[in-house]
Amino acid sequence: MGDNIVTGQYSETHRAAATPIVIVGHVDHGKSSLIGRLLYDTDSLQDGKLAQIVESSRKRGLAVEWSFLLDSLQIERDQGVTVDSTRIPFRLGSREFVIVDAPGHRQFLRNMITGAADAEAAVLVVDAKEGAQEQTRRHAMLLRLIGIRHVIVLLNKSDLLDFDEAKIVKVESDVRQLLGRLEIEVEAVVPASARDGDNIASRSERALWYKGPTLVEALANVPPPASRAALPFRMPVQDVYRFDGVRYVAGRIERGTVRAGDRLAIGAQGQVATVAEVCRWHAPELPVAGAGESIALRLEPDLVPDRGDLLFPADDKAAAPERSARIRTRLFWLRGEPLRVGESFTLRLATAEHDVTVASIDAVVDLEDLTLREGDSVPPDGFAEITLAASHAVLFDPFAPGFGDGRGVLVDRYQRIVGGAPLIGPAELADGAHAIHPTASRVSAARQVQTRGHKSGVFWLTGLPGSGKSTVARAAELALSEQAINATVLDGDTLRAGLCSDLGFSLEDRRENIRRAAHVAKILAESGQVVIVALVSPLEADRAQARQIVGENFHEVFVDTPLETCEKRDPKGLYAAARSGKIPEFTGVSAPYEAPVSPELRLPADRPEQEAINTLTAFILRIVQP
Amino acid sequence: MTQTPILSRDQSTTTSLAQPRIMDDLDQLEAQSIFILREAYRKLKPLSLLWSLGKDSNVMVWLARKAFMGRVPFPVMHVDTEKKFPEMYAFRDEYTKKWDLDLLLGYCPPVEEIDPSLPPAARSAARKTAGLAAMIEKHKLRGVIAGIRRDEQATRAKERVFSPRGAGHRWDVRNQPPEFWDQYATPYEDGMHIRVHPLLSWREIDIWRYIERENIPLVDLYFAKNGKRYRSLGDQDITFPVESNASTVAEVIAELETSRTSERAGRAMDHESEDVFERLRVAGYL
Repeated sequence: MGDNIVTGQYSETHRAAATPIVIVGHVDHGKSSLIGRLLYDTDSLQDGKLAQIVESSRKRGLAVEWSFLLDSLQIERDQGVTVDSTRIPFRLGSREFVIVDAPGHRQFLRNMITGAADAEAAVLVVDAKEGAQEQTRRHAMLLRLIGIRHVIVLLNKSDLLDFDEAKIVKVESDVRQLLGRLEIEVEAVVPASARDGDNIASRSERALWYKGPTLVEALANVPPPASRAALPFRMPVQDVYRFDGVRYVAGRIERGTVRAGDRLAIGAQGQVATVAEVCRWHAPELPVAGAGESIALRLEPDLVPDRGDLLFPADDKAAAPERSARIRTRLFWLRGEPLRVGESFTLRLATAEHDVTVASIDAVVDLEDLTLREGDSVPPDGFAEITLAASHAVLFDPFAPGFGDGRGVLVDRYQRIVGGAPLIGPAELADGAHAIHPTASRVSAARQVQTRGHKSGVFWLTGLPGSGKSTVARAAELALSEQAINATVLDGDTLRAGLCSDLGFSLEDRRENIRRAAHVAKILAESGQVVIVALVSPLEADRAQARQIVGENFHEVFVDTPLETCEKRDPKGLYAAARSGKIPEFTGVSAPYEAPVSPELRLPADRPEQEAINTLTAFILRIVQP
Repeated sequence: MTQTPILSRDQSTTTSLAQPRIMDDLDQLEAQSIFILREAYRKLKPLSLLWSLGKDSNVMVWLARKAFMGRVPFPVMHVDTEKKFPEMYAFRDEYTKKWDLDLLLGYCPPVEEIDPSLPPAARSAARKTAGLAAMIEKHKLRGVIAGIRRDEQATRAKERVFSPRGAGHRWDVRNQPPEFWDQYATPYEDGMHIRVHPLLSWREIDIWRYIERENIPLVDLYFAKNGKRYRSLGDQDITFPVESNASTVAEVIAELETSRTSERAGRAMDHESEDVFERLRVAGYL
């Protein structure tokens, strides 16, 4: 096979990488049709693909549908929506582009981010007649947060406004105002019809008043990515290898340039080493490397940095990164449940991982008008500005569109990516605020399950005084221990004997009692423990607060023993005392009990007690057994 | 051909003001793939690279050597259908030695054990999936590096660079994790593994230009004999040559610059029914 091997060669002519373009916009505003049309007009379809569209359209008895090109998955066609982003190359003259198609349905936000995050420019498709809709605003916000620098607006379906200048100028001004609020600079607003081809590749005959670029012209005008080579050097350590007795510090240069002989500081500790050699395998020999290259360095002295340590110039203070344990950040939130103050995550920053806690939610974006409002939680798929507190100083560079700096990602303890956090800068401590920097466990949930043999959970038993909560809880504790599961019971009287001995029975004190129990339960559950809480917790609002504190591990159990039964049992003589007026505000007698509307488990009183114990034990086992 | 690492071992102490090379498209693809391979090696253990002996997986082995200074620090895996071309087996034996690879061999179950509702060629591909699944179980792999590319096939365009596979190795195409800013998913449950795709952003022509630039050896079935060559290599009975006179890497590149047919045109299963490829992939096919 030697005959077929030509001599290795590095081409003399520079060939630029394809420019990624993301196409976003509200559902049904015509993204997929636009892409199909763009590919057709620029003659970028492979022969096989065009045949595919024709065949798919024919099978469905339709005229050729441009959007079928993208809806290449059967399930997508069945649903009639694009499921995930796809990438399609096309060419304008000598320049290559890659189109990233991003879905418009809001539940697919994370797929859109996946597609759009690497794009150099975006086309925001807006239905000229409908104007900006919810998804238009949401996508525009994301374009800003993921750092897309160049935005072209396509006013699609302009034929529905007969390409009327006055009407189109009105829509254009609305859209420009919206994007201006996000500090997005608009490259062009193009009145167009993707279906008919107006102002896509060729100038529209129907909008002769329009003097701006066609979409294709606007794309061709997008400048190539800015060079990062002239900025101060940054390389996050990806790994350290030792091969054949030589130690290699491996990583990708985020920006700047490194040369043999450079003195570099290593991570937050700032030890200094000199670059002895820039190492590559099977590549032109050069003592220098620039932004974007994946290389390995030999250091002198032969230090062993950790993964995540940032390498930066040692002798130039002005070229050093920011250093702070409190960081202000923007946020796009991808988890299905809201984000609240006090939650802990891993902040991934390039290859570094830092334990952080949400110290404050400083503002939440209102998606109706894209203004910042006060708020104490960030809704699913929401946007906000928050402050993160780490347990130690973090080295970082603030996020800037078009650069790799400050691109934080929040990861939960199940290793799920739950948010993107472009870093703004160090956070000042507000006057009078204490610098609270909670730490998070480094033990993953999976590891806890492995060592303990079961998952954790908080089982919150609510019911009238005397309903049997503590009895059932203690019996379940015993039954679980026989299955090698350690459970902790937090019951009202036990808590009040110690942790909550300063509390009385006023509404506020009862609420505080529940709050403390919920936090203790949360801490225990996070360490992998099974927790059974037995508290009257009579008010729906207080139980909701407990659920909020504990999070997704919270399971509400209603010990549904009727008042008469409780009063008849009256094991502590409390009902009798309440009836005689000795105890004011006694739940069930002189204070309300709000029964749970939809508990996860109900233990009815008309069954023998042993059955309630068995039911609860089985319920807990089902949830905590791996 | 020369295989010696180009490494300068002299202690350069002068601060020369040499400028870095301006990265072209292949440099960028290479740097990104090296980054991905290093992430996989760091995060996923045990890890193995699927070496199908085709051009893409040879490029992948090459990139691994780039990432790890001339060596592949994890085993490579060949899931043998026992229906490959003899040239491919010869190539495997030669380069396992030359590249000093730690080779794991796996075999596929007989076709009779495979879902008979699949069309014939797809059934044959499903055999390979079963063979791969057995290897993943046997070696308790948490990471499998595979050489698929987005431009090969529309379903593959939906893939992530780090693609989690749940129990039964199923690909949950509707519920993929977000992946952005070079942050990849890592396993979070027992029994899962991650498929790692370092070539996802490469196109067929990039692969060939890189083969030319780096002088990467290939099975010569890729080059024309008697007016035909293979553009993609699968099992003997389900892969067909295409019309071509390209007998060198440079000629293949020139041919691709003007070609407008899909690479997998010679793969029978792609044409059997509209959804067969996705059905295979959900079940764990590459």
